[in-house]
Amino acid sequence: MNSTLQLNAHGKLKHFLSIEGLSKALLTEILDNAESFAGISGQSVKKVPLLRGKTIVNLFFENSTRTRTTFDLAASRLSADILNINIATSSTSKGESLLDTIRNLEAMHVDLFVVRHAISGAAHFIAQHSAPHISVINAGDGQHAHPTQAMLDMLTIRQYKKDFSHLKVAIIGDIRHSRVARSQIQALNTLGVQEVRVIAPKTLLPAQVESLNVTALHNMEQGLEDIDVIIMLRLQKERMTAALLPSESEFFKCYGLTQKKLACANPDAIVMHPGPINRGVEIDSSVADGPQSVILRQVTNGVAVRMAIMSMVLQQSTESAA
Amino acid sequence: MSKILIQNGRVIDPANNIDQSLPVYIAAGKIVSVGQKPADFTADITLDAQNKIVCPGFVDLSVRLREPGHSRKGSIHSETRAAAAAGVTSLCLPPDTRPIIDTPSVVEYIRDKAEQAGYPNVFPFAALTKQLKGQELSNMHALKRMGCIAVSNAMCAPQNLLILRHAMEYAVSHDLPLALHPDEPSLSRGGCLHEGAIASQYGLPGIPAAAETIAVTQTLELAILTGCRVHFSQISGQGAVKKIQQAQHEGLPVTADVAIHQLHLTDTDLTPFDSRYHVLPPFRGQLDKTALREGLINNTLTAICSDHQPHDLDAKLGALPETEPGISALETLLPLTLQLVAENSLSLSQAISRLTDKPAAIFSLNKGTLSPGMDADICIFDPNKNWQVNKDTWHSAGINTPYWEQTLQGKVSHTLQSGKIIYQDNV
Repeated sequence: MNSTLQLNAHGKLKHFLSIEGLSKALLTEILDNAESFAGISGQSVKKVPLLRGKTIVNLFFENSTRTRTTFDLAASRLSADILNINIATSSTSKGESLLDTIRNLEAMHVDLFVVRHAISGAAHFIAQHSAPHISVINAGDGQHAHPTQAMLDMLTIRQYKKDFSHLKVAIIGDIRHSRVARSQIQALNTLGVQEVRVIAPKTLLPAQVESLNVTALHNMEQGLEDIDVIIMLRLQKERMTAALLPSESEFFKCYGLTQKKLACANPDAIVMHPGPINRGVEIDSSVADGPQSVILRQVTNGVAVRMAIMSMVLQQSTESAA
Repeated sequence: MSKILIQNGRVIDPANNIDQSLPVYIAAGKIVSVGQKPADFTADITLDAQNKIVCPGFVDLSVRLREPGHSRKGSIHSETRAAAAAGVTSLCLPPDTRPIIDTPSVVEYIRDKAEQAGYPNVFPFAALTKQLKGQELSNMHALKRMGCIAVSNAMCAPQNLLILRHAMEYAVSHDLPLALHPDEPSLSRGGCLHEGAIASQYGLPGIPAAAETIAVTQTLELAILTGCRVHFSQISGQGAVKKIQQAQHEGLPVTADVAIHQLHLTDTDLTPFDSRYHVLPPFRGQLDKTALREGLINNTLTAICSDHQPHDLDAKLGALPETEPGISALETLLPLTLQLVAENSLSLSQAISRLTDKPAAIFSLNKGTLSPGMDADICIFDPNKNWQVNKDTWHSAGINTPYWEQTLQGKVSHTLQSGKIIYQDNV
């Protein structure tokens, strides 16, 4: 279902909504394209005319500065026109108003929606109800998916580790509420890593977590054994008030990444975090800023990956129109 | 009133252990005889039921008519027409109309409208508490006098067990059974899908089956304490089935029904984010579906209902979590029940029993059989007729069904209510 919605009749990426249903070959193609765009960002003239004349709308129903900025930057480096729309919305917002927004923008002949929304499935809904010429990129929907984040993480892992097939990856923290984790798990499994472990107390793991094709552990020292890639997740303050955790300090004690815990992993393990970091809550500053941290590389890769995906979904439409 | 003869049909009347080809004689709105021709009977109307089944009209324990209060979704007129087309001749109406069925005038309004629509057999459930807020008792005595046959919490849990206890004690005093939708709201709040692998995969808030099992368990204890007769509406999980079965074995007078779609669909059938699959309680796992079917066979669950909830398009227009739950289900009730028979879960007679005499017995309705003297509420259907669910065949104002544009087998050809033909298949 997801893959049929995401691919056009020629098997090209039309919408990018979720990692689910996409092939290893397609994910690899995204990574290869991103790698070539990463080169552009290092040049003094950081712009290519690939998407000149295209209009991209950043449709953010949920606040985000960092993600939106990287989409902005990616679009402008591809020479597209960008429209930023921030719609503060309540969770009770109706489908009608969402659809009306989409219809109005469609009428202005835009080409691509980059959507962030607090409801799981919102990007799917928009993709299903948009005019046929419009592509949709999911920039995070509820607790469902954040596929561009996952792909920039995959690019980072590939740059440091080359080959996915021998890797053991640990994702630590609030898996239950994390769209990032869901997309990462799907991407890692599709790219064929040896093992994905999730490490968290049961209150922060989704029901039947093993069905996601991961090994679940509650103890971090055990969980980090033989690990090549450590992905820390951001912990939201709400988790304490919802009785999912007793306190930040207890969470840090059990699941915060310190030098000592890091030593349980392989010596060349890399440390990742989708940001923004809660220093002293999920990660110690000395680790976040330490030699094994690749957190800033993730940020750099964010632009390249979004350039790759934007150009792929917009060029498939040119190709099929031709 | 016309004298009607239904001939050449296979009569299935489970309450009377009848399953054979017999004529049915109707006069003055009542069944006169099944089999033997009454003296001096000359039919004004003869219905030929060759290759068809003739059975009591269906008694549906949960049908939302959407009137008063939700006219965008449906009306008493539109939804009783859908009921007639579904072979349903008696229906129970949960109290969550707007205004809520907590005052006699609302009941009066509904009864008048139902009469006007030519479909008098609407049996309202009274709200268990005022405004269904779960705080204060409703005027149960007055509501019963106006025609309410039970008290119900609809989808709103009582605020605490003390209030539920008092409501049950008060209901006992007025000889009203309680139709309870079992749900522990602190566990289910915000959820839209069965808590399990699918909800986890799509990042959708889940409802654990325990939310239902816990409510059932607590209510069973209160049934012992208060002596209130409890009927559990629309059970979805294996835990609840087990608890109810245990209680029945211990002699507690509890009953339960199941919505037809719960016997067919599980969370794995869900198309991602498709709001048509948004239903409460949610579609659960394969083991639950199996347990529900077994519960039907061993009589733990005695009735199948449609749990009909028509919606307007806008209510379902959105990603699943932000849409309203419920399925427009009246008109798929018969074909989906026949599918249970085709899949060897029930015999045809057992299946019809769970749509007719069994649900009628739960609320002591004098319905659901073809015994002489009974109201001539009859459904005639063609068990082999294939039809597509589409706008040409559909009657409900709500088209919110996962079966839209699918071809189903089994279609009602005639529906009679008190000897009046209220539906006739025109194809």
